[in-house]
Amino acid sequence: MAAFLDLSVRSGTCMTRGHWEHFSHPSDIGIRGVAPTKAEAFAQAAMALTAVITDPQKVESRQVVDITCREDDDDMLLVAWLSSLLYEMDARNMLFSRFEIELIEGGLNARAWGEPVDVEKHEPAVEVKAATYAGLEVGRDNEGNWVAQCVVDV
Amino acid sequence: MYAERLQKTGDAQWTIAPIGKMQVPVVIYADEELVRAMEEQVFQQAANVAGLPGIVNASYAMPDAHWGYGFPIGGVAAFDPDAGGVISAGGVGFDISCGVRAVRTGLTADAIEDNKPELADVLARKIPAGVGSRGKVKVSAAEIDDMLVGGAEWAVEQGYGSRADLDYVEENGKMAGAEPRYVSDHAKQRQESEVGTLGSGNHYLEVQRVTAVYRDDIAKVLGVALNDIILMIHCGSRGLGHQIATDYLARMIKTAQQESIELPEKELACAPITSDVGRQYYGAMCAGINCALANRQVMMHLAREAFAQIYPRSNLTLLYDVSHNTCKVEEHVVDGRKKKLYVHRKGATRAFGPGDPSLPEDLKPVGQPVLIGGTMGTASYILTGTEEAMHLSFGSCCHGAGRSMSRSQATKRWKGKDVVMHLAQKGILIRGASPRGIAEEAPGAYKDVTAVVDATETAHLAKKVARLEPLICVKG
Repeated sequence: MAAFLDLSVRSGTCMTRGHWEHFSHPSDIGIRGVAPTKAEAFAQAAMALTAVITDPQKVESRQVVDITCREDDDDMLLVAWLSSLLYEMDARNMLFSRFEIELIEGGLNARAWGEPVDVEKHEPAVEVKAATYAGLEVGRDNEGNWVAQCVVDV
Repeated sequence: MYAERLQKTGDAQWTIAPIGKMQVPVVIYADEELVRAMEEQVFQQAANVAGLPGIVNASYAMPDAHWGYGFPIGGVAAFDPDAGGVISAGGVGFDISCGVRAVRTGLTADAIEDNKPELADVLARKIPAGVGSRGKVKVSAAEIDDMLVGGAEWAVEQGYGSRADLDYVEENGKMAGAEPRYVSDHAKQRQESEVGTLGSGNHYLEVQRVTAVYRDDIAKVLGVALNDIILMIHCGSRGLGHQIATDYLARMIKTAQQESIELPEKELACAPITSDVGRQYYGAMCAGINCALANRQVMMHLAREAFAQIYPRSNLTLLYDVSHNTCKVEEHVVDGRKKKLYVHRKGATRAFGPGDPSLPEDLKPVGQPVLIGGTMGTASYILTGTEEAMHLSFGSCCHGAGRSMSRSQATKRWKGKDVVMHLAQKGILIRGASPRGIAEEAPGAYKDVTAVVDATETAHLAKKVARLEPLICVKG
């Protein structure tokens, strides 16, 4: 069992290239994904979202949820993606730590892996109420990486 | 740029005259120290609101105003439906009808001193709090609509509390105008297991002691005396409210584009009050208000059970319940004429003055109770509304302390365990939150609530009645 757990944690953090980070906002927290492709930047932003709540390494990839979002505009699509994840977390009482995203014409198809919330194990710090349009940006940085970011309301 | 334009125009009152696209002035209520400490973004956001179609009188900011999304937190703005006025999902915020409920317990401080840890444990067990918590009240898909129309009245009908409670909730516990058909299935699904749950972040349930009474006459009417034990609950409409806001923000951004309403920030998203999306949002938002009222009613009932378990002589009676993230249709006098306006209060509390028809008979002489929450280690306050506030701010005042430091700064500065230990030394017991959650909510990360309340009184928006200090704090 332990070996299986370790494997899924490792795969959860290694599947996607790039990295995630948080940035400061006076009341809340900014989340940012940085990666070679837009789809991977969206996946890293989702990791940053989980990291607001708990250490993503504590969340195992035991169940998978399919998510579809439809928006033409990149900014609106990022908010729609993060909002869909927040809905799935709340309705299913789950946390997610691994993401695969396929960008399609006018939206995205995604799979998110995770497990039910376990307060002892995950020690969740705070719920995220929503992804906001504040600090919202989807674009390329000076090194050519894709950056996907916004502030989340906690 | 806006900070230089501040003009002192009254007691704890500052005005920024209209420039650029502002249709009305910005009016800020704060003392000199508070206004100088406000971020430029507060003025910028209030100025952006002043440029929205159909705004009436002014765009107001309360003494606890801080940088928000679209509207500042602590922002108040009223819009005239007959003058092309708008309704804004961003002007209400994500936690629709987040608010505070204060409950008398019939106990004094000496009576609970010996069993404080036991009471803290029982409350923490009874009140579901934090990420992943599920309510003890399961609401089926069919029942959800009844809750969204009935609010706290629905909760009383389900056996949570008594009819007498409803007189002391805004709108008598049931917001008219709720239209559950405009609330998405996703929003309803999120609430099936979340009725009567506290949530997390800055939400809490506190047992407090009255440590000062400033106006004996009003305190007597409110049934509050020195050393009384009061229960305060701060929470909102949970996942349902968050989902309504998320759904309608996305729609209103598109509507604003179609209607050529310029949005300096997307979070100002709004739609004409008379448009389809405007009307639908109002119906959904009113349903969100009822969800919050039902939640707080259920939680008070659970707290009643907890108290009764330890103190059979306790008698929990509702002092009042306020909401501080709302848009309500209210009648106000504008240019000498009564008008129906859509009053947005985002992080601002309704503070109607004495004699207001919405108040129960016993409160009419003193005005509406206003409940201001502090932080885990600091005071909360009870105030009452004033007649002056009706024309100064459409009967509105502050809502809390407001953060002065980001969550990441707070976690760098404090450790949850140290915060808990430090508070325990001051006689304050903390239950239920994770160490990081507690560090993020450390008292030092908030503004001084006393300064906020004092400025509110100086500005004539409300009168200070009593100060309360925490003994037990249950957090999510």
